[in-house]
Amino acid sequence: MAEYRKVYGLGAEFDSAAALMHAAEKIRDSGFSKWDVHTPFPVHGMDKAMGLGKSWLSAPVFIGGTTGLLTAVCLEMIPSFSLYKLIVHGKPYDWRTIPAFFPIMFELTVLFSAFTTVFSLLIMNQLPKWYHPVFNWERFSRVTDDGFFLVIEARDPKFSETKTRALLEEIGGQHVTLIHD
Amino acid sequence: MSEAVATLETPKEVQRIPLVTNERSLHWITENVASIVEARTPLWWWLAFFPCALLAMVGLCCIGYQISNGVGVWGENKTVGWAWDITNFVFWIGIGHAGTLISAILFLSRQKWRTSINRAAEAMTLFAVICAGIFPGIHVGRVWMAWYLAPIPDSYDIWPNFRSPLLWDVFAVSTYFTVSVLFWYTGLIPDLASLRDRAKSRVRKFAYGVFALGWRGSNRQWRHYEMAYLLLAGLSTPLVLSVHSVVSFDFATSILPGWHTTIFPPYFVAGAIFGGFAMVLTIMLPARLLYPQLDDMVTRQHVDKMAKIILLTGSIVGYAYLMELYIAYYGQNKFEMFTFFHQRASLGFNEGGWYNKYYYAMMFCNVISPQIFWSKWARNNYIVVFITSMFVNAGMWYERFVIIATSLAQDFLPSSWHHYHPSWIEIWTFCGTFGIFLSLFLLFMRFLPMICAFEVKAVTPHADPHHYRPTANSGGPATGALGPHDAPAKEGHH
Repeated sequence: MAEYRKVYGLGAEFDSAAALMHAAEKIRDSGFSKWDVHTPFPVHGMDKAMGLGKSWLSAPVFIGGTTGLLTAVCLEMIPSFSLYKLIVHGKPYDWRTIPAFFPIMFELTVLFSAFTTVFSLLIMNQLPKWYHPVFNWERFSRVTDDGFFLVIEARDPKFSETKTRALLEEIGGQHVTLIHD
Repeated sequence: MSEAVATLETPKEVQRIPLVTNERSLHWITENVASIVEARTPLWWWLAFFPCALLAMVGLCCIGYQISNGVGVWGENKTVGWAWDITNFVFWIGIGHAGTLISAILFLSRQKWRTSINRAAEAMTLFAVICAGIFPGIHVGRVWMAWYLAPIPDSYDIWPNFRSPLLWDVFAVSTYFTVSVLFWYTGLIPDLASLRDRAKSRVRKFAYGVFALGWRGSNRQWRHYEMAYLLLAGLSTPLVLSVHSVVSFDFATSILPGWHTTIFPPYFVAGAIFGGFAMVLTIMLPARLLYPQLDDMVTRQHVDKMAKIILLTGSIVGYAYLMELYIAYYGQNKFEMFTFFHQRASLGFNEGGWYNKYYYAMMFCNVISPQIFWSKWARNNYIVVFITSMFVNAGMWYERFVIIATSLAQDFLPSSWHHYHPSWIEIWTFCGTFGIFLSLFLLFMRFLPMICAFEVKAVTPHADPHHYRPTANSGGPATGALGPHDAPAKEGHH
């Protein structure tokens, strides 16, 4: 890693999900804010260990689903009730026939919700993002295999190259490495 | 350490069979899932792919011939206007249901054994829905007018009838396919990242890298990812139940005897799951044979559980068949009675209905054959499971054919009764969809991780941060990452 490049942060590797979780608890209690852990799979209880709350992804999905429902209502009702009344089997077009419109309302609600879920997930996770400083760390490729990593960013106000390194080593971090941008 | 001790002392009776056998390590899972994709294309793959692709080409040629000549090249007639095409449509769309059931309903009900089979089952869903979509698409005759199905205000000001089950079907099937693709791709992202990180060649690095979207497994990402997965599962659960219900409305809202029944939606959904699991086993058992390393992930326990689901849903389907017969008798409507007791469940071949032999074939395949799964021996014998799955696959096709053909061929007016025989174009189109399905599945096995590795890792004991800490804080070798059965040679992979 070239020396003139900006420091992104300090990374440490841990033995297991359990060791990483205990380390995360200690980092949380030390008052860091710009840090993250990287694991091959979602670790149960890690949100709490990191001091993160529940994901608010469901909020945009609710809006997306409501939009889908309203779209279906307009799509079906406007042509059927006013623009182009299609009389089939002499059945009336009024509020009593609403159940016959339900399947499409349901399908569009689900369709819009699913799209909102995936796009909100990408936006909230800032994906796609094909370049990230952590990829500069050679050991980091094991994150999708069996590696457990903790990275503290240099822009964290409590970050200090020497003190943070000592802290990471103290809580059991191995291969503590300076990651460059 | 008290928690660890408590785990070790869990009484034998309440201990569960591990989902990944032989205490495999996390790295072992990555290695064995990814190596399938990374290894040189095996000879058997070409030997399997070539005939499948050829069959798919035959099917596509038949479709081309049908489009250029019109639906007259099929064996349908004015009386039997729906036959093999809609039978095949319902057959394929039903198969898709098992994938969504495994990925959504079993996820919500916390059935952790789903993790090793959900990826392949979801892929199967997509390919089955592609095959299903072909049939109504070409059955409309003038495929270039198919856009009339969409509610687009064109210059003639013609809108589709929003109260028609056929239009509901358009929405249901297209939504189902789209949501299944989204769900499948979302599940693939972490595993694509795994392939990206292991890739050696530039092409692989680029291709997997692009589709992995720069995933880096951070917990701030996993937090939203898990919520997204939960939401997609929650959305897919009613969706999968609705799709086959809507398909059944195509029949149930008509006034034809044999179709006009309220039992259809639950009966169709149970049948779809039943047939879908049979197809999952049909493709997973050979895959397991070809890749013995999957044995520790797709274990005997998985096959056993799938066989139990087949037994359960097969019995629900059997109940529905018997209930239909009883209601036909109880209702004393002579047209219903004629459909059920003359065309379907009549005794004597050639004397009763024209298609009663298919009714009995359906009864045997769907109701009687899965009953063998009451025996643990049968559930654990892969040959028995495979043969029974084949019976179920055939039986579910017969079921749809029986429903469609018997009700249409001999309807209210005897002067319009008409036999139906498929033409060779129809037969080869159907065979061609098997070619398309299997070719797509073989391509999937070759290029994408067939097992959802990150979910399998998450159900191993190493993944549990609360109860598994043999070497926590000891600074020893990474026990969480290396299991006792790992060959040391494999360790040097990185």
